[in-house]
Amino acid sequence: MTPRLAVWVVNGLLAGLAAVSVFPLLWMLSVSFMPAGSASTLPTPLLPPAVTLDNFRTLFGGVGMGRYLFNSFAIAVLATAISVTFNVMAGYAFAKLRFRGRETLFRLLLGALVIPGQVAMLPLFLMLKPLGLINTYGGAIVPAMASVFGIFLVRQFARGIPDELLEAARIDGASELRIFLTIVVPLLGPVLATLAVFSFLGSWNDFMWPLIVLTDDALHTLPVALAGLSREHVQDSELMMAGSVVTVLPVLLLFLALQRQYMAGLMAGGVKG
Amino acid sequence: MTRSGVVGWALAAPALAVILVFFAVPVVIGLALSLTDFDLYALADLSTLRFVGLDNYARLLHTPLFWQAFGNTLYFVAVGVPVSIGLSLGAALLLHARVAKWQALFRTALFAPVVTTVVAVAVIWRYLLHTRYGLINQALGTLGIDPVDWLGNPHWSMPAIILFAAWKNFGYNMVILLAALQAVPRELYESARVDGAGSLRQFSDLTFPMLTPTLAMVGIMTLAGYFQLFAEPYVMTQGGPLRSTVSVLYFMYEEGFRWWNLGYASAVAFVLFLVIFAVSAALWRFDRDPAAGR
Repeated sequence: MTPRLAVWVVNGLLAGLAAVSVFPLLWMLSVSFMPAGSASTLPTPLLPPAVTLDNFRTLFGGVGMGRYLFNSFAIAVLATAISVTFNVMAGYAFAKLRFRGRETLFRLLLGALVIPGQVAMLPLFLMLKPLGLINTYGGAIVPAMASVFGIFLVRQFARGIPDELLEAARIDGASELRIFLTIVVPLLGPVLATLAVFSFLGSWNDFMWPLIVLTDDALHTLPVALAGLSREHVQDSELMMAGSVVTVLPVLLLFLALQRQYMAGLMAGGVKG
Repeated sequence: MTRSGVVGWALAAPALAVILVFFAVPVVIGLALSLTDFDLYALADLSTLRFVGLDNYARLLHTPLFWQAFGNTLYFVAVGVPVSIGLSLGAALLLHARVAKWQALFRTALFAPVVTTVVAVAVIWRYLLHTRYGLINQALGTLGIDPVDWLGNPHWSMPAIILFAAWKNFGYNMVILLAALQAVPRELYESARVDGAGSLRQFSDLTFPMLTPTLAMVGIMTLAGYFQLFAEPYVMTQGGPLRSTVSVLYFMYEEGFRWWNLGYASAVAFVLFLVIFAVSAALWRFDRDPAAGR
C-alpha cells in the first residue's frame, strides 16, 4: 500500500466507525425534538420536520420524569460519596499501613472478584426486607458503598506515596488521622476523581438491582422508569427518545468533562489488573 | 498491636464491613437458600420453609426453558465475545496506526457508547431495528436487501442483540488494547523493518505475541460480563420471540421476582456462577500453557 493510500484507508475506516458509534446518539437527539408520530413516516426522517419541545413537556409534566431524574441523581451522588470515602480509606490502609491479616484479606478480596454480583442479589433482597430497606434510597445504594475494584485502584496509586514522607510526619508528631487527611488524601486527588467518575456512572447506569429493590414507582431511577415506559409506550418513539436523552445526556456530559480521569482509571485497572 | 496496625484496621473496616455484610454473607445465604424450597409462602411465613437438598438443581436440569436460556446465553457469549473483541482490536490497531489523524477525537467518539445507559440505548436500537421504520432496514434496502424482522423473528433476535452489544461495548476493550499497543517499544518495530518484515509479518510476529496477555485478560473479563446478559433482552425483546432471547439471568429474574421461587432462582444463580468460573478457569489455563489444551 502506498503511504498516501494508507492515510486514506486508515482515516476513512476510523471515520466510518466513529460515525456508526455516534449516529444512534445523534439520531436519538434529533427524534426527541420531532412532533409525535413523525418518526413513523417513510422515508424515516433524519432531522425533525418541525422542532418541538412537546415530548419533554409530556415527560416532565404527565410522566413525572423530574422525579426519576431526582432519584437517579440522589442515589448516584450518595453512592459515589460513600464509596469514594470507604475505598480511599481501605485502599490507603492496604497500601501503606501494616495490620494483622492484611495480605490474607487482600487475597480474599481479589478472589471475591470472580463471583458475579447477581449471586448475592436474591438473598440481599431477603436480608433488606426485615430491615425496612426495600423501596428506600438506602436499599439501592447498599451494595455500591464499597468495591474491590475501587480499593484495588486506590492501593495501586497509594503505593507510590514515599514512606519517608509519612515517617517524617510521624516523627513531627502528626496523628495517623491527620497524616491521612492532610498528606495522603491531597496526594490521591487524581485517583479520587477517577473513582468518583466510575462510581457515579456505574450507579447511574445500573439496572438490575434498582429494578429489584425499588418496586415503588415514585422511587424509580431513570433506567428503571424508562424500561417500564418503553414497555407501555411501544408506539410513542419520539417520547421514548426524549426519555433516552434525559437518561443518557447527564452521563455523556460528565464523561466528556472528565474523560482524562476516566481513561486513566480504565487503563490502570485494565492493564495492571 | 502497633499504632499503625490499629489505624490500618480502622481505615479498612468500613469498606470490609460493607463487602462482608452486603456481599459475602448474601453469597453464603444464597448457597443455603438454593438448598431450600423458599417461595411465596415462605416469604409470608418462614415456618413453611423446607430443606430440599439438591432438588432445585435436579429440577433445573429437567426444565426445558432453563436449557433454552442456557443455550441462548451460550450463543450470545460464543458469538458476541469474538465479534466484540475483534471490533475492539481492529479499532485499536487503526487508532494506533502511524498515519491515523485526530486520534483523540476518534477515540472519544468510539468510546461514547460505553458510558451510555444500556436501557436508554436499547430503546434507541429497538427503533433502529424496526422492520418498517428502522434505519437499518432502510439502509439494507438501498443495497437491495429485503427488510428483516430483527426483533420479531426468532432467528434474527439474538444476532440483533449481539450487534447491539458489540456496538455498546467494543470501545471499552479498545482503550485497554490501545494502551497495550502503545506499551510495545517503537524500536522493536524499527528493527523488524530493518530485518525486512512487512506490515503483516510485523503484526503476526511482533504485535500479536506482545498483545496476547492483554487479549486473554480482556477475553476472560468480557466473557464473564456477557454471561450476565439481562437488560438488553429485558428492554428489546422481553425474552421473545418464542423465548429466543431468554438469558440465564432473565430466567433467574422471572423465577425469583415474578414468581417468587427464591430457592429455585438461587440455584440458577449458582449454576451461572459455576459455569462462568469453569469457562474462565479453562481459558486461563489455556492461556498460561497452550499445550494443556491440545
